[in-house]
Amino acid sequence: MRRAVLIAVPYLWLLALFLVPFAIVFKVSLSDTALAIPPYTPTLKDGFSALISGLDFENFVFLTQDDLYWKAYVSSLQIAFVSTIVTLLVGYPMAYGMARAPEEWRPTLMMLVILPFWTSFLIRVYAWVGILSTEGFLNQFLLWTGIIDTPLTILNTNWAVYIGIVYTYLPFMILPIYAALERLDESLIEAAEDLGCSRMQAFWLVTIPLSRNGIVAGCFLVFIPALGEFVIPSLLGGSGTLMIGKVLFEEFFANRDWPVASAVAVILLLILIIPIILFQRNEQRQQEAEQ
Amino acid sequence: MNRLSPFNVVSLTFGFAFLYLPMLILVIFSFNSSKLVTVWAGFSTKWYGTLFQNEAFLDAAWVTLKVAVMSSTFATVLGTMAAYVLVRGGRFMGRTLFSGMIYAPLVMPEVITGLSLLLLFIGIGLDRGVMTIVLAHTTFSMCYVSVVVSSRLATFDRSLEEAALDLGASQFDAFRLVTLPIIAPAVISGWLLAFTLSLDDLVIASFATGPSATTLPMKIWSSVRLGVSPEINALSSILIGIVSVGVITASLMSKRHAVRVRREEQAAQRTA
Repeated sequence: MRRAVLIAVPYLWLLALFLVPFAIVFKVSLSDTALAIPPYTPTLKDGFSALISGLDFENFVFLTQDDLYWKAYVSSLQIAFVSTIVTLLVGYPMAYGMARAPEEWRPTLMMLVILPFWTSFLIRVYAWVGILSTEGFLNQFLLWTGIIDTPLTILNTNWAVYIGIVYTYLPFMILPIYAALERLDESLIEAAEDLGCSRMQAFWLVTIPLSRNGIVAGCFLVFIPALGEFVIPSLLGGSGTLMIGKVLFEEFFANRDWPVASAVAVILLLILIIPIILFQRNEQRQQEAEQ
Repeated sequence: MNRLSPFNVVSLTFGFAFLYLPMLILVIFSFNSSKLVTVWAGFSTKWYGTLFQNEAFLDAAWVTLKVAVMSSTFATVLGTMAAYVLVRGGRFMGRTLFSGMIYAPLVMPEVITGLSLLLLFIGIGLDRGVMTIVLAHTTFSMCYVSVVVSSRLATFDRSLEEAALDLGASQFDAFRLVTLPIIAPAVISGWLLAFTLSLDDLVIASFATGPSATTLPMKIWSSVRLGVSPEINALSSILIGIVSVGVITASLMSKRHAVRVRREEQAAQRTA
C-alpha cells in the first residue's frame, strides 16, 4: 500500500506536468489558428471524430514553405556543432591540467569550475555585452595594445553567440572529462612510454581513447542544450542570428501564432531525439563499465 | 598524476581567466560612478543605493524568492520519492516510462518545456501567476533532485537498512531513522540545486507566468535587452557575491566533514 503511494505520487506528477503537456503541444501543432484566445481551435471539445477530422499538417507544410524555419534549424545545428567543438578544444586541456595538478589543489580547482555553474546563467551571458560591444573592454584593450586600429564589431554577430555558448557551457564539458581523466591509471601511460611511445604518442594512443566516454558525455551536454538555446542568441546575437529557440519564442510571444510555434517545437524535439538517445546509451555504457 | 607541464599551467591559467574575468569586470564596474558603464570615472556605491530604492526590482526579488523556496521544497520531496522508487522500487508497471520521464526533462530545451506547460495551464483554465511558476519549476527541478539523490542511494550500504528492519523497525521508521540521515547531504544538495535552478530560470518562468507575477530574471531580462545598465551590474554583483559565499562555505564544510570522518575512522581502527 505504502509502496503504491510512493510510486504513484511522483509518477502522476510527471504524467500530468510532463507527458500530458507534450501531448497537448503535439495536438496544437495539428490544429488551425483561430483568432480567439487561446489562439488555437480547441479540438477536443467536439468529440473524437471531430478531433480527427479537424487535424491536419498545414502548420508543418507552412514550415517547409517559409525558408526562415528551414534556415533556422540548419543554422542552429551549425552553431551548436561548432561551439561544441570549440568548447571541447578549450575544455579538454583544462580538464587535463586539473587531473595532473597536485592532489591537494584538485578540490579547489573543482570548486572554481562549479562556481560559475551555480551563478545565474543570464548574468554570465549579460557580462559579455559590456565586453564585446564596440566601445567595450575587448575593443578598448585591443586598441590600446595597437593590434587593431578600428574597433571590431563582435556583439550582435554570430561570433558573440559562439563566445557566449563556449563560455556558459564550458563547465559541462570540463566536469565529465575531468572525471574520466582522474580515474585514468597512470601506469598505463608509463607502460606506453616504456614501450617506446613518445609523450605525445602516449597521449593520443592511451589518454584520449581512455577518456572517450567523458569526451562524448561532455559534447552531448553542450550540444543538446545549445541547439535549443534562446537567451544567448537573443542577447548576444544580431538580427541575422537565426536559432530555432529564438524563432520559437518570437513566434509565440510576438506573432502569437501558437500552432506554428508548437509545430516548430515538435520538429526540434524530433531533431533532438537522436542525440538524446546516443547520450543515454553512452551513460549506460559508462555505468556498466564501472560495475 | 601530478607533474604539471608548462602547457598544463598555461591552459589552466587562460581557462580560469576566461571563466572569471567577465564576472570580475562586471563586479568592478558595478562600483563605477559614471552612467557610461565601460568608462571608469571613480569609485561609488550609488548604483546599489538606487537599486534598493527600485520597488519593481524588490517586488520581483520577493516573488522569485517565494517561488524558489516553495518549488525547491516540493521538488526535494517528490525527487527523493522518485529516487527511492528508481533505486529501491523493484519492478512495477511502467518503470521504463517513469525513468524516461525523470531523465528527459534534464536535456529538454527550456523553450519546449515552457511552451508545453503554458498550453497545459491554458487548456485546464488555470490562472497563471506565482502558483503556475511553482508547478513548472517543481516539475523540472524534481528530476535534478532525483538524479542527485539516486546516485547517493545506489552507493549506500543496504545492509544497514536491513539491520534496522531485522531489529523490528517498520519500513517507514527504517527510512526515517537510518536511510534519511545517511542520504541527507545528497538531499540537501538536491534542495540547493533546485533552489538555484529556480532562481535562475528565465525561459520557463516567462511561459508559465501571467501578468500578475514577474520574477527577477524576467525583470533583468527586460532591462538588459536595452543594453548594459549600472543598476543591473550592481544587482548581478550582489547575486554573484551570494553564490560565491554559499559555494565556498559549502566546500569548506564538506572538506572539514571529510577530515573529521577520516579522523574518526582512524580512531576507530586504533581502538579496535
